[in-house]
Amino acid sequence: MRSDRILLSHGSGGTMMRELIEDVFIARFNDEALLRMDDAASLEVPAGRIALTTDTYVVTPRFFPGGDIGKLAVAGTVNDVATAGAVPMFLTVGFVLEEGLMVEELIRILDSMVSVAAEAGVRIVTGDTKVVERGHGDGIYINTAGVGVVREGVDLSSSHCKPGDVVLLSGTLGDHGIAVMSVREGLSFGTDILSDAAPLNHLVGAVLDAAPDVRCFRDPTRGGLASCLNELAGASGVSMTVDENAVPVREQVRGACEMLGYDVYQVANEGKMVAIVPPEQADAALAAMRASRYGEEAAIIGQVTEGPAGRVYVQTTFGARRIMDMLVGEQLPRIC
Amino acid sequence: MADVQAAWRDPELAKHLVELIGKAADRPMKLMEVCGTHTVAIARFGLRAVMPENITLLSGPGCPVCVTANRDIDLAIEFSRVPGVVITTFGDMMKVPGSYSSLAREKSEGRDVRIVYSPLDAIKMAQNEPDKQVVFLGVGFETTVPIIAATIKQAAALGIENFSVQCVHKTVPGALEALVNDPDVHIDGFILPGHVSTIIGPEPYRFIAERYHVPGVVTGFEPVDVLQGVWMLAKQLQEGRAEVEIAYQRGVNADGNPTAKALIEEVFEPIDAEWRGIGVIPGTGLGIREAFSTWDAAKRFDVTPPEPRAIPGCQCGEVLRGAILPFQCRIFGKGCTPEHPIGPCMVSSEGSCAAYYRYTDYGR
Repeated sequence: MRSDRILLSHGSGGTMMRELIEDVFIARFNDEALLRMDDAASLEVPAGRIALTTDTYVVTPRFFPGGDIGKLAVAGTVNDVATAGAVPMFLTVGFVLEEGLMVEELIRILDSMVSVAAEAGVRIVTGDTKVVERGHGDGIYINTAGVGVVREGVDLSSSHCKPGDVVLLSGTLGDHGIAVMSVREGLSFGTDILSDAAPLNHLVGAVLDAAPDVRCFRDPTRGGLASCLNELAGASGVSMTVDENAVPVREQVRGACEMLGYDVYQVANEGKMVAIVPPEQADAALAAMRASRYGEEAAIIGQVTEGPAGRVYVQTTFGARRIMDMLVGEQLPRIC
Repeated sequence: MADVQAAWRDPELAKHLVELIGKAADRPMKLMEVCGTHTVAIARFGLRAVMPENITLLSGPGCPVCVTANRDIDLAIEFSRVPGVVITTFGDMMKVPGSYSSLAREKSEGRDVRIVYSPLDAIKMAQNEPDKQVVFLGVGFETTVPIIAATIKQAAALGIENFSVQCVHKTVPGALEALVNDPDVHIDGFILPGHVSTIIGPEPYRFIAERYHVPGVVTGFEPVDVLQGVWMLAKQLQEGRAEVEIAYQRGVNADGNPTAKALIEEVFEPIDAEWRGIGVIPGTGLGIREAFSTWDAAKRFDVTPPEPRAIPGCQCGEVLRGAILPFQCRIFGKGCTPEHPIGPCMVSSEGSCAAYYRYTDYGR
C-alpha cells in the first residue's frame, strides 16, 4: 500500500482497491473466510435460532480517550447480539471512507477492531469499502452486522418485565459520553475519564448461567439509562423506580455533568449492561456480573413496580421522587 | 468535592430544614425563583413535593432563552439571511420559535447557523474564515455577560473586523421590580439567583426590599441550598423583615465579582429590553457602548425583520410572569411537548414547562 492517504480510486473496484483490501484490511483482519476474497462468506452455523443485528457508527471525533470508532463498531454490535441471549459468532463490516483519510489512522482503527473481536471471540468474515469525496463522510463511517446463535432455552424480551423484578446495572454511568464530550471541538476540559466501550458477551453469558430466568438485557447506549429503562418499562407495561443512591457514577463524571448541565441518566454508555431479573435470582445475577470483566462495579439500582406503563421514577439522593425522562433531541451544554 | 456535594444533599439536614420551614411558614407564602437553574434544581430534586402546605414555589422569568422576545429571534433570522453571514449561538436558542421561524429551521433550509459552546469560539471562527461575517447571538443574564464583554474586547484588540455581536443580554434586578408591580402575581419573597449574584453581589436587589418590602435570599443550587434559602425567606416573612440576605455564602461575596462587573461596565450600557410575556422593562437590557459599536451587529447590518407576532395558543408569557403554573397552560402536554414545542418554555433546557414536563407526572 503505497499511498499514505485514502484516494477515490481506492473505492472504485480496480487494482488500487484490491491493494487497499489486501494490504490493509485482510492483512489486519486475517480471517480464513476473508482471505478467500469471495463476495459472500460461507460459514458453518450450529442449528437453532439466530440473532441478527446491525449498527452504523459515525462518532466524532473518531479517536477519544479509552477508544475509537473501531472499538465501538465491534463492541456495540457484539453487545446487541448478546442482549438477545445469543452467542455472537460472526461480524460483517462496511466502511465508508472519506477521500484524504490517513491510512495510518485507518490502520489504528482496524487494529482496535481486531483486538475487540479477539476478546469477544467473534470473527470478522466479510466486508465492503466505499470511498466518498472529500467533504463528505466525516473521515470514516463503519457499519457492522452481527449474527449469533440464541442459547438453548433462553427467551428474553423487553416485554417480560414484571412488578417485583430487580434492575441490575453492570457498572458506572456516563463514562463514554463524557469522555467523547471532553475532546469535542470547543469543549475540551481536563478529565481522566475513559470511554467504557467493551464487549460484554462473556458477562451476559455468565449472568445467564447464574440466573437462567433473566427477563431481558439491554445496553444503555444513546439516550443513556433513561432511554433504556423507559423503553423496557413501556414494552412491558410496567413502572420502574431507581434508587439514585445505588447508581454507580464516577466522581469526575458527576462533576462534568454538573458543570455542563447534563443529566447523567441520559449520557451514552458503550460498555454497560442493564439486566432485569426475577427477585429470587437477583443476588446470583449480581455476583455473576461482579465476577466478570467489566462488571466489577455492578449494582442493584432499582426495581420494577406496578404503575402507569412506561413510567420510570428516581428516588433522589435527598429523598424525594421525580421522573426519569427520556432525551428528546440533543443534550446541549448549559448557557449559564 | 464529593464530600462538599454530599453535605449539600444530606437527607437528614434536608429533613431538618423542611421542619424549620414548616415552623416558620405561619401563613401562606408565595416565593418566586427567578433563575432557570433553580427551576431545574427544584424539579430535579422533587423539592415542591416536600414543601410544607403554606409554601408555594413559583417559577419566574429566569430562563434567558425563554424571555428572549420574538422580535429578537426574528432579527437573528434576518441576519442569517444576509449572504456570507454565519450565526453562532448557544445550542438552546436553535429551537426557540420566533414569529415565523426558528434558527434550527433556517439552518435546515441552508442558512449558516452553528452552535458554539463559547463566544471565544466565534472569534476563532471569524479568524479562520475571513470571507464570512460571524455574528454571535448573545443571550444570557449577568452570569454570561462578562465573557461576551471580554470577547468584544478581544475582537477590538485583535482588530477582527468580520465579527459582531447581536446583544440580547438582560439584567435581573429590574425584572424583579416589574414582577412585584404585576397585579396578577403576588410575590411574598424572592429566591434570588446564585450565579448572577456571584457577578453582581446582593446590592442591586436591595431596592426591592427597601422600596417594596419584599425580602430576597441569594440561594445556591443543591437541595440543602434551596431549602436553606426558603427557610431564611420564611423566617423573614414570619418576623416581618424585608432584607436581602446571602444563603449561598460559598458562591457570593458582598460586592460580587469586581473584575467581572468592571468588564460589563466598560463594554455595555443599560438600555430598555423587551421580555417575552412581560413587555418592555426599562433599563434591563444591555447595549454595546459607542466605543465598541463596530462590533454591534445591529449597527453593522441593515435588515428589516417582519412585524413580530405572538405564537398562536402559546401562554409562555403567563408562565414566565408566574401568573400560571406550567401545567395550567391550555396546551401543556397537549400539543406542546418537548418533542413538538410551541413556545420557548418547553424548548429550553431551563424552561419551566420543560422542567415540569420532564420531572413530574403533570401532562402525562
